[in-house]
Amino acid sequence: MTAAGAAGAGLPVRARGRSKRRSLAQKLGFAALGACMAANVFFLGAILFFIASRGLGAINWAFLTQVPRDSMTAGGVAPAIVGTLYLTLGAVLFALPLGVACAVYLTEYSPKGWSAALLRVGVNNLAGVPSVVFGLFGLTVFVKYFGFGVSIVSGSLTLGILALPVIISASQEALTAVPQSVREASLALGATQWETIRRVVLPAALPGILTGVILSVGRVAGETAPILFTAAAFYVRGFPQSPMSEVMALPYHIYALMTEGTHPEIQTRIAYGCSLLLLALVLSVSLIAILIRQRQRKACHAA
Amino acid sequence: MQHDAVIDYERQMGMENFHPSLVRGPVGAAADPAGEGRSPAPEPKLTARGVNFYYGSKQALRGVNIGFSPRRVTAIIGPSGCGKSTFIRLLNRMQELVPETRMEGEILLDGLDIMSSACDPSELRKRVGMVFQKPNPFPKTIYENVAYGPEVNGVKGRNLIEEKVVDSLKKAALWGEVKDRLKDSALGLSGGQQQRLCIARCLAVEPEVILFDEPCASLDPISTGKVEELILELKKDYTIVIVTHNMQQAARVSDRTAFFLMGELVEEGDTERIFKAPRDGRTEDYITGRFG
Ligand SMILES: Nc1ncnc2c1ncn2[C@@H]1O[C@H](COP(=O)(O)OP(=O)(O)OP(=O)(O)O)[C@@H](O)[C@H]1O
Ligand SMILES: [Mg+2]
Repeated sequence: MTAAGAAGAGLPVRARGRSKRRSLAQKLGFAALGACMAANVFFLGAILFFIASRGLGAINWAFLTQVPRDSMTAGGVAPAIVGTLYLTLGAVLFALPLGVACAVYLTEYSPKGWSAALLRVGVNNLAGVPSVVFGLFGLTVFVKYFGFGVSIVSGSLTLGILALPVIISASQEALTAVPQSVREASLALGATQWETIRRVVLPAALPGILTGVILSVGRVAGETAPILFTAAAFYVRGFPQSPMSEVMALPYHIYALMTEGTHPEIQTRIAYGCSLLLLALVLSVSLIAILIRQRQRKACHAA
Repeated sequence: MQHDAVIDYERQMGMENFHPSLVRGPVGAAADPAGEGRSPAPEPKLTARGVNFYYGSKQALRGVNIGFSPRRVTAIIGPSGCGKSTFIRLLNRMQELVPETRMEGEILLDGLDIMSSACDPSELRKRVGMVFQKPNPFPKTIYENVAYGPEVNGVKGRNLIEEKVVDSLKKAALWGEVKDRLKDSALGLSGGQQQRLCIARCLAVEPEVILFDEPCASLDPISTGKVEELILELKKDYTIVIVTHNMQQAARVSDRTAFFLMGELVEEGDTERIFKAPRDGRTEDYITGRFG
């Protein structure tokens, strides 16, 4: 802005007027952008503060480690934490190999064929499907058709499908970022295409793939609708016994606490505690993603 | 003199050397040792005959005939876009990775057609190594970069692989600079060191032919000097083909020089002769800098 002013100083009056108007427009533009940013930060901060201030009171060692007692009004939420971990882990175990395989197929083997085009359309559409629809799908296919019942398995598979598009697109991005020259180097040494993918391309793309996985974990851990009909129960005695058992999960627990029960005040407090836990879980997972990306960048650019 | 030149040319084409005993079989059979050793112009290791190449409908190579002798360096020169890279990449079948391309003619390694279905491309590339224009080390450690080739080619045993790594790094004149940092990322090396690492990586597979596609294009004069020295050293054991834009470099490192123009091999012969007394007007124009 000072540069614009200095340039305007030596110009005829009309041009100076124009440059003044331009610099005013620029000021207004920046002010508007700044205001939007401030609003964003404000809402984010408000949400964090709101949840933290209400939730922190509920969180203590017993809350993290004990099973619920007295119809959810006392004790802890340990089974729900464990349930969320199981469901998320199961979803990743299912979606990671499938997603990476799909991305490898799309980028390495058949980037131009009609089957790849079809797959790409499918993946993009999958990303746009509302999560409650995944829940219905999981109920019909995994719970009923495959007979897995309402269980960790059904819930993990449903969440896994939800995570697939994120994992596939992150993996594709990571794979295409591996320079062609590195593939050629490997092939020119007598490696087959498969060896090249397994030993050079995938390891080079791994940090990018992991970033995708972690982002999808953030999404999957917090989803309620897909597990509503496939895995979650309001109350299960003790910890889950097998992959075929129903589980408690943090997001569903929050939902249940706020819609059922007889002690709304105590339940609301616990619900905020659970929200804070869930938020902490997702945020720490994103933090790990950032750390991994930074380590990768360092590894790529310096010794 | 004209007559001698024709005979010389035919010998380079390898035309008089194809006797019926050279039956086709899978590549990987032992080289015919006849003609190697004392003979001044050994039988070509690698021969291209009537090679045409097309990108879609666009023809990039026209009827190329040339032979590459063992323990000789052949330089390929020519203006940008004349098909040097296209040609050299045909020699180890890297070009078949480019979609919608087509080749006609024959390329023979020890008399065996490398394009035949009996020839496995990865077996071929093990025997015909390549160093690229831009250094392209793997994003792995220095050690892993060199060990990769032997590993994928089925060399077993840690000690054996380690021996090969050290040996190759020494041959590539890089050992002294990296022996204390073998576990560091190869991407931390300088451009010239990276290129020598790529050469070491190539040597570790123990190829018979090494193709260099403008190996010094991205290097400073000192690194270039080192790579050139290395090529002269490697010449004792390998058949070497080097693409270069740099005429002085061709004169410094090569025994034979081939001049390409618009997909055609215009002239091929002793480097000294090509530079002192080119037979074709177009070659003369090019080496005296009148075009290209
Ligand atoms: N993938 C491709 N598709 C279509 N045409 C191509 C492709 N690669 C190269 N060509 C064309 O083939 C011709 C020969 O290219 P090539 O890369 O072999 O030239 P070059 O002699 O190596 O040039 P330079 O010295 O610039 O590396 C050029 O006209 C180029 O435009
Ligand atoms: Mg080229």
